[in-house]
Amino acid sequence: MRVLQNTGGVQWAGMMLALLVAVGLGGTGSLPFVAVIAVLAAGLIFLVPLARMIWLMIALIAACLGVAALSLLPFAQSTLPFWAMIVAVWLGAWFLVALVAESPRLSGLAGRGQSLLAPLAFGATLLWLWEAVVRALNVPRVILPAPSLIWDRLIRSTDILWVDFVQTFVKGALSGFAIGVGAAFIFALLVDRSDFLRRGLLPVGNFLAALPIIGTAPIMVMWFGFDWPSKAAVVVAMVFFPMLVNTVQGLAATDAMQRDLMRTYNASWGQALLKLRLPAATPFIFNGLKISSTLALIGAIVAEFFGSPTRGMGFRISTEVGRLQLDMVWAEIAVAALAGSLFYGILALAERGVTFWHPSQRKR
Amino acid sequence: MRNLVPVLAVSAALIAIWYAAVIPMNQQWAQDQARRAGQDLSFIALVTDTMSQQRPRLPAPHQVAAELWNSTVVEELTGRRGIVNTGSLSNRSLVYHGWVTLSATLLGFAIGSVLGISLAIGIVHNRAMDASIMPWAIASQTIPILAIAPMIIVVLNAVGITGLVPKAIISTYLSFFPVVVGMVKGLRAPDHMQLDLMKTYYASGPQVLLKLRLPSSMPYLFTSLKVAIAAALVGAIVAELPTGAVAGLGARLLSGSYYGQTVQIWSALFAAAILAASMVALISILQRVTLKRMGMAA
Repeated sequence: MRVLQNTGGVQWAGMMLALLVAVGLGGTGSLPFVAVIAVLAAGLIFLVPLARMIWLMIALIAACLGVAALSLLPFAQSTLPFWAMIVAVWLGAWFLVALVAESPRLSGLAGRGQSLLAPLAFGATLLWLWEAVVRALNVPRVILPAPSLIWDRLIRSTDILWVDFVQTFVKGALSGFAIGVGAAFIFALLVDRSDFLRRGLLPVGNFLAALPIIGTAPIMVMWFGFDWPSKAAVVVAMVFFPMLVNTVQGLAATDAMQRDLMRTYNASWGQALLKLRLPAATPFIFNGLKISSTLALIGAIVAEFFGSPTRGMGFRISTEVGRLQLDMVWAEIAVAALAGSLFYGILALAERGVTFWHPSQRKR
Repeated sequence: MRNLVPVLAVSAALIAIWYAAVIPMNQQWAQDQARRAGQDLSFIALVTDTMSQQRPRLPAPHQVAAELWNSTVVEELTGRRGIVNTGSLSNRSLVYHGWVTLSATLLGFAIGSVLGISLAIGIVHNRAMDASIMPWAIASQTIPILAIAPMIIVVLNAVGITGLVPKAIISTYLSFFPVVVGMVKGLRAPDHMQLDLMKTYYASGPQVLLKLRLPSSMPYLFTSLKVAIAAALVGAIVAELPTGAVAGLGARLLSGSYYGQTVQIWSALFAAAILAASMVALISILQRVTLKRMGMAA
C-alpha cells in the first residue's frame, strides 16, 4: 500500500472512480476488456506486495495493449464505452508510470530499462490516444492523419525520405554545424588570449545569440544559391554565437589557484590549455554543441522555405502542405525528430564519456 | 559599466568589417555597369558606388539605417498612408509589421509561460509526471518544432482559425519548454535544510510552494523567460512565412526575398533584432527590480 500513499489520495480516488465508471459502462456495453483491466488493477492494488507487482504490471500493460488493438476494430467506436475505455487506458498507463516512478531503483541494465519505462509508456499512450481519437471522431486526413497512416507513408516512401534526409541533414545541417562549431571554437581560442576582447565579445555574442538569426535565411539563399551551401551558411550563422559564448565562458572556468599551479610548473600557454583549461571547458563546450545541434536542424529546414532544389525536408514539408498530403508532412517530421534526437543523443553520450568527472554526470 | 569600452570597441569593429565586406560583395554589379558604359572605374568611384546601390548584394549599414528610419518615422509622419494622414498605421511601415509580429509573440509568450510554470509545478510535486513528461519535454527540444509551423498554420486556416491565434500557438510551443525546464530547476533550488525547516513549521504543500519554492525560483524564472521571449519572436516570424506574405516581419522578409529587395530584408531583420533586444532588456529590468525588492539582487 506504500505506492498508494505516495501517489496521492486524489489521484488514487480519481482512478478508482474512473475504473468503476469504465467497468459499469464497459460491462453493459460491448467492451468486456475494460472489466479485465479493472480486475487486474484492483488485484494489483489490494492483493500484491510491492515486490511481485512487476508481473501484474506486465499483465496490465498486456491488457491495455489488447484493448488498444481491439478498439481499432469498427464496432468499438464513437460510443460512451469507447470514451470510458480511453479514460481507463489513460489512467492505467498513468498508474503504471506512477508505480515505476515510486518503486525502488533496480541496479544495472534493469535499472536503465526502468528509467526508460515511464517515458516510453507515456509516449505509447499518447500515440495510442491520437490514433483512437482520430479514428473515433473521423478526423479528416487533411487535418490530422492517424499515426498508422503516417507509419504507412513512412514505409512506402523511404526513398524520397532518404534523399531529403541526405540533402537537408547530411549536406545542409551537418556540414554547417561542423564549419560553424569549428570556426567558433578557433575564434574562441583567439579571443581567449585577450581579456579586452573577451569582455567586449561576451556581451555582444550573447546579444547576437538571442537575435532571430534565422531571418538571415533569405539573404543566404540570395548569396549562395538554392542548393545546400546556402542552408549550411544559415546553420553556420545560427550556431556560431551560442558556441562561441559557451566556449569562451568555458575557457574562463578555471580558478586562479589552478592557473597558478600551472604557472609554477612553468607550463606554456599550449600546455596549460591542453592539460587544464580545455578539460575544464568541456562541460561548457558540450552545452554549446547540444544547443547548436538542435539549431542546426531547424536552420537547415527553415532555410529551405526560402528556396531550394526540388528535394530536402523543408522543401517537402512546404510543398506537401500545399498539396494537403499531411501524412507525408508528418513522415518528414518524424524523420527530422528521429535525426535530431539521435544527433543530440550521440552528443550527450560523448559528453558522458568525456566529462565523466563533472557533478552533473553523477548517478542520482 | 566596466565592459562598456570593450563592447563599444567590438561593435565598432563589427560595423567596420561590415563596411569592408560591402565593397567586394557589391563590386561585380558596379564593374558591370562601368564596363557597359565604357568607363574605367577608379577605386573611389567603386567604393561610393558599392555603398549606394539600389539592390546591393550586401547593403551598407547606413543604407539599412536609412531604410529603417524611412520605413518607420518618415512613413508614419509624412507618408500618404501614415498615421498622421490617415489615423491608422501604414501597411508599408515597419511599425505596423513589427506590431503584427509583436502581438502574436506576446500572446504566445504569455500563454507559453503560464503553461510552462504550471507544468513545472506539476512536475515538481508529482513523481509520475516527473518520470513520464520530463524526458519528453527534453526530447522535444531536439525536434525541429519550427518545421511544423507551416503545417499548423495551413491546417488551422483550413479549420477556419486565422490571424493572430495560429502564430501565437507556434510562439507558445517554442516559449513553453525553456520555461518548463528552467522552472523545474528553480522550484527544486531550495536545499534540504530549507525544506526541512518548512517541515518543522508544519507547512502544507501549497505553503511550501508559495513561501519557499516560488520565491527561490525567481532568478531561474527570469533567465528562462528571456530565452522564451526570444524563441517566441522567432516562432512568430517563421509562422508568418507560409501565409503568403500578408503582414508581419516574416512577411517582409519573404516579400523582400521574392523581389530581391535586399535593403528591405535587412531592415526587417534589424527591426526584429531591435524588438528581440528590447523585450529581453525589458525582462532584464523586471528581473533586476524584482530581485532587488526580494533582497536577492546579485
